[in-house]
Amino acid sequence: MGLEEKLPDGILLTTLAKMLNVARKNSLWPAQFGLACCAIEMMAVGGPRFDIARFGMERFSATPRQADLMIVAGRVSQKMAPVLRQIYDQMPEPKWVLAMGVCASSGGMFNNYAIVQGVDHVVPVDMYLPGCPPRPEMLLDAILKLHDKIKAAPISGKTAWTTVDDSPYEKPIVRDTRVSRGTA
Amino acid sequence: MTEPRDRTPDASPPPQQQPPPRPRGVLGDLLAPVAGFGVTFRTMFKKVVTEEYPEEKLPTAPRYHGRHVLNRHPDGLEKCIGCELCAWACPADAIYVEGADNTEEERFSPGERYGAIYQINYLRCIFCGLCIEACPTRALTMTNEYELADDSREDLIYTKEQLLSPLLAGMEAPPHPMRLGDSDQDYYLGGASGPTAGDGA
Repeated sequence: MGLEEKLPDGILLTTLAKMLNVARKNSLWPAQFGLACCAIEMMAVGGPRFDIARFGMERFSATPRQADLMIVAGRVSQKMAPVLRQIYDQMPEPKWVLAMGVCASSGGMFNNYAIVQGVDHVVPVDMYLPGCPPRPEMLLDAILKLHDKIKAAPISGKTAWTTVDDSPYEKPIVRDTRVSRGTA
Repeated sequence: MTEPRDRTPDASPPPQQQPPPRPRGVLGDLLAPVAGFGVTFRTMFKKVVTEEYPEEKLPTAPRYHGRHVLNRHPDGLEKCIGCELCAWACPADAIYVEGADNTEEERFSPGERYGAIYQINYLRCIFCGLCIEACPTRALTMTNEYELADDSREDLIYTKEQLLSPLLAGMEAPPHPMRLGDSDQDYYLGGASGPTAGDGA
């Protein structure tokens, strides 16, 4: 998006990268993508008992334009896949994706034609979180592991792949072309 | 064809007029924000419900369904007999087992068979515990460990080495011969000192 993508990762900029990454890690605004029962646990994390605000994440964003981390919580149907991709495309770089629960991570027990077998068929996933649904501590643990990953990231904060064509996994069958027409 | 019922528009009662708000006076206007912050001030003296998760981890419920563990007999032999009942019970097809025959030279479990390959895909497992119910030898049980998040799908398929319980004192890593009796019956029916020991049955 900007200058930081053109900057090389060298000795000169390591301190800057560290500073940037600490800033990124400490104000990771999540974009809610609650699709099923995992979203209930995600809401619990936002509540006072687990209190995601302790990690600078209290603002669950309903707009992807102001979000850094997409928490995909729940099973993604084939019909929802293009919507998910569009939300992801609307988020500004650098951005991260957390697949919460087994359904988002791999399809879980729904090994059938209606469910995308892992949200990494559509968007690059930075952290997989097992559990059905995961308890709130598990989500916090995944977020903390993601923080460690962000701290070690290069200055551009780029993930391994961002388009479906680069994805190492099987392409999803996208039947609804209405949504993806604008961005494709 | 029935006639539509006669609907009179004035059947509902006329809307009630709200009484105008009572004037509070100067003192009331001054204290109104204080009353609004009353909830905030009261909460300051209540007990904090927040769990400081990564710093202090509260224990789960004792029977919480966490990560699996493959148990061992007291001499270190594996309890898993490779029967695949857990894999059959699994509603998410998360477990993959391949059994193999024990030989006298290479013995991993008492009895004929042992689980040569044992994998649990934690991106499929829904922690329902049906595999635990299905296991005939109590080889597979669940721990309370839940911190499983990872950034690779491959690493979340746990293999037998990761699932096997660590060797405790007095345990010996298999393969080794049966130490607690002459046959597998001794392992299951009351131990080596039981009534069947030495019977040769």
